[in-house]
Amino acid sequence: MADTARDPPPAHTDFQELEDGEDLFLEPAVIQESGPASLPAEDISANSNGPKQDSLFDDDPEDLFAEATEEVSLDSPEREVLLSDGPSPAITPITPPTSVITPRIGLAHDDMFTHSSFDEIEEEEGGDSFDMHISVSDPEKVGDGMNAYMAYKVTTKTSMSLFKTDEFSVKRRFSDFLGLHSKLASKYLHIGYIVPPAPEKSIVGMTKVKVGKEDQSSNEFVEKRRSALERYLMRTVKHPILLKDPDVLQFLESSELPRAVSTQALSSAGLLRMVNKAADAVNKMTIKMNESDAWFEEKQQHFENLDVQLRKLHASVESLVCHRKELSVNTAQFAKSAAMLGNSEDHTALSRALSQLAEVEEKIDQLHQDQANADFYLFSELLGDYVRLITAVKGVFDHRMKTWQKWQDSQLLLQKKREAEAKLQFTNKPDKLQQAKDEIKELEGKVQQGERDFEQISKTIRKEVSRFEKERVKDFKMIIIKYLESLVQTQQQLIKYWDAFLPEAKAIS
Amino acid sequence: SPRAVNVDLQTDATLQVDISDALSERDKVKFTVHTKSTLPNFKQNEFSVVRQHEEFIWLHDSFVENEDYAGYIIPPAPPRPDFDASREKLQKLGEGEGSMTKEEFTKMKQELEAEYLAIFKKTVAMHEVFLCRVAAHPVLRKDLNFHVFLEYNQDLSVRGKNKKEKLEDFFKNVVKSADGVLVAGVKDVDDFFEHEKTFLLEYHNRVKDASAKSDRMIRSHKNAADDINRIASSLYTLGTQDSTDLCKFFLKVSELFEKTRKIEARVAADEDLKLADLLKYYLRESQAAKDLLYRRSRSLVDYENANKALDKARAKNRDVLQAETSQQLCCHKFEKISESAKQELIDFKTRRVAAFRKNLVELAELELKHAKGNLQLLQSCLGVLKGNT
Repeated sequence: MADTARDPPPAHTDFQELEDGEDLFLEPAVIQESGPASLPAEDISANSNGPKQDSLFDDDPEDLFAEATEEVSLDSPEREVLLSDGPSPAITPITPPTSVITPRIGLAHDDMFTHSSFDEIEEEEGGDSFDMHISVSDPEKVGDGMNAYMAYKVTTKTSMSLFKTDEFSVKRRFSDFLGLHSKLASKYLHIGYIVPPAPEKSIVGMTKVKVGKEDQSSNEFVEKRRSALERYLMRTVKHPILLKDPDVLQFLESSELPRAVSTQALSSAGLLRMVNKAADAVNKMTIKMNESDAWFEEKQQHFENLDVQLRKLHASVESLVCHRKELSVNTAQFAKSAAMLGNSEDHTALSRALSQLAEVEEKIDQLHQDQANADFYLFSELLGDYVRLITAVKGVFDHRMKTWQKWQDSQLLLQKKREAEAKLQFTNKPDKLQQAKDEIKELEGKVQQGERDFEQISKTIRKEVSRFEKERVKDFKMIIIKYLESLVQTQQQLIKYWDAFLPEAKAIS
Repeated sequence: SPRAVNVDLQTDATLQVDISDALSERDKVKFTVHTKSTLPNFKQNEFSVVRQHEEFIWLHDSFVENEDYAGYIIPPAPPRPDFDASREKLQKLGEGEGSMTKEEFTKMKQELEAEYLAIFKKTVAMHEVFLCRVAAHPVLRKDLNFHVFLEYNQDLSVRGKNKKEKLEDFFKNVVKSADGVLVAGVKDVDDFFEHEKTFLLEYHNRVKDASAKSDRMIRSHKNAADDINRIASSLYTLGTQDSTDLCKFFLKVSELFEKTRKIEARVAADEDLKLADLLKYYLRESQAAKDLLYRRSRSLVDYENANKALDKARAKNRDVLQAETSQQLCCHKFEKISESAKQELIDFKTRRVAAFRKNLVELAELELKHAKGNLQLLQSCLGVLKGNT
């Protein structure tokens, strides 16, 4: 459940496809967004960011693209170039990365991977302060039966220069959100960025909606999902790097989003990833890293503790939501019963007072219902979101371990090759010796790269964790205050109701 | 100790009864029944005895079985003290001591002890109100068994009914309810009683329903308060662990929830006392009133049967005197019951209205008090939290 961030897209997609009630190989009968065939030039072909990107990440550790994505300028002309069709359009403009950055930032950098370039980006963002609000609204059922799905309206309101207009809307379905997350996860997680996890899938919930039951529980499910999607998008765009990602921008702005996920289901890269994930799970258990940096050890422990406590708190709040709902139902039943009692009471004044008591209790039951919603949407969902976010954080720490392992492996291999070369010195095999020397040169490069990668991911994680903690503090403070305000309102209403009832009770004579 | 709140009784200087003390032992509760009286019937003006629940039941049953009291609403017997659930919880807590922190254990123990104490207070109140009702009744207060109960300072040795006696009771009740169905069908000539019958049958059922629903509502309330308790504990742990700004924040909110959940628990307890107990009591009283109507109906049937027997005897000119005597007795009994029953039912209404008024007013006042308390805590905490952010 908590591993949405690390779900392999193909399995993820298969699931998604099933959930949305479609056959893997057919386009749905009713579609609102993507056209089946050609894509407009400006729209990014999913293929360009899809499997090719994956194969690059998995096979070529020296891929510039890995680091470059976040540093790409997003002024329109550059972006058009970036997003147009091509063998690997995302890569093409990056080869001299600085030339892309320069127009925007106005600074020349030789080495993209130094600390300073990153810092410049951060400062730049400080100037363009975060002013963006995304709302997910108007859930609409599209289609019938098992092929039906919910379409949500995603409205962005912003004054940031990143966008062409300051208010725009698109229609998206749940699998689109999952697709977005999947892309972001595959691009950013393994280099240390905490990618917010997408809301959870729910086959049971979705089936009810499809089957057409317009009842309270399916309405609640849709509302729960709508709210979760909104929070997911807001968290994603609040991340300065993710905000600028072309996939995010396309998701928010593009009127037609290609259902690329169906091709990813069958891609070899997707399957490869699935296999790798399984292998990773086993490897993780065997990596023993010599942690030279106490900061990381401390932080990992901190997140471990936080995870345990948040889950516990979440469970208690969920229990409160449940009992509060029960209280609402039982109060409503009591109200009806009190009304009946009032009806049969033959003393007139008492009869009237009992009827009034019934009315008060009826109002109170609605109050409890409203409070239960606040308990859930404010408090419980906040905790649920953070439980999932912390899983993403832990994942990022794991990636760092893997990066370290890779570096260590390269070093070991280099050492072996050197030993072999030393031995070859004494034999008369000049060809083999040369080959050995060449291999050593290559490996030395790999080792250097491994070290750089490790340092980079460590640096990224430090920044990310700092950012995450700041956000966490803000989030918790803001939402808990809102929650307490909901409690205040409930008490104020209670006072109103009982205040009105008291004279009625006193009037019994 | 708190006086019974369910009944509004006129306290009379000539006979005042209360339960001045109570002791809860392993499987029984010992009530100290304290009497103050100026009546010549008693040896002293003030005295106390120790009684257990079975002795209260014995007294109640002796009233029910007494033909002379057929025309009165017999005050309902107090329910058996039931600490089983509470004891079980305390035992479970003891067993689970190793699996929780010292603070958690102490906290839970305090709560369970408070719950035990609340149940204890309730059972004392219910036994007391029974005695007060008897003491306030113009006829029952003179009952000899009652005086023995109050004064005899030895064990009354009324052991619980054995199996045979319980079975006899069971059959008596079966017959009674079968009769009840028969008798209820007969329309009463007297408008007053006809109305009362219709009223009580419906009222009793509705009070039963309201009592059950209020219990459920209050239990949900207690459950929610327990959740808030756990939330407060979790927030406290988070507060002590966090290294950011949030630690003070969490600690403050934890403190707030500790206080508000105590208030929520009090709300549930007060609703229990003022609403649930009130309804339970009038469930029992309305049953006692129904029993009175039943007894009157029975005596009416007996009277009608005696009339028929008399007519038959006159027709055959056999055992006429016997039949006449019998008929006169039945007539007298029926008239006596009807007369006192009328007054009893009027008094019942008066008591009921007064009790409901008192409790509903107190309920509303307490709800207001607690809501205001909660509000004040919440607003003050919000003030601090917003000020610091």
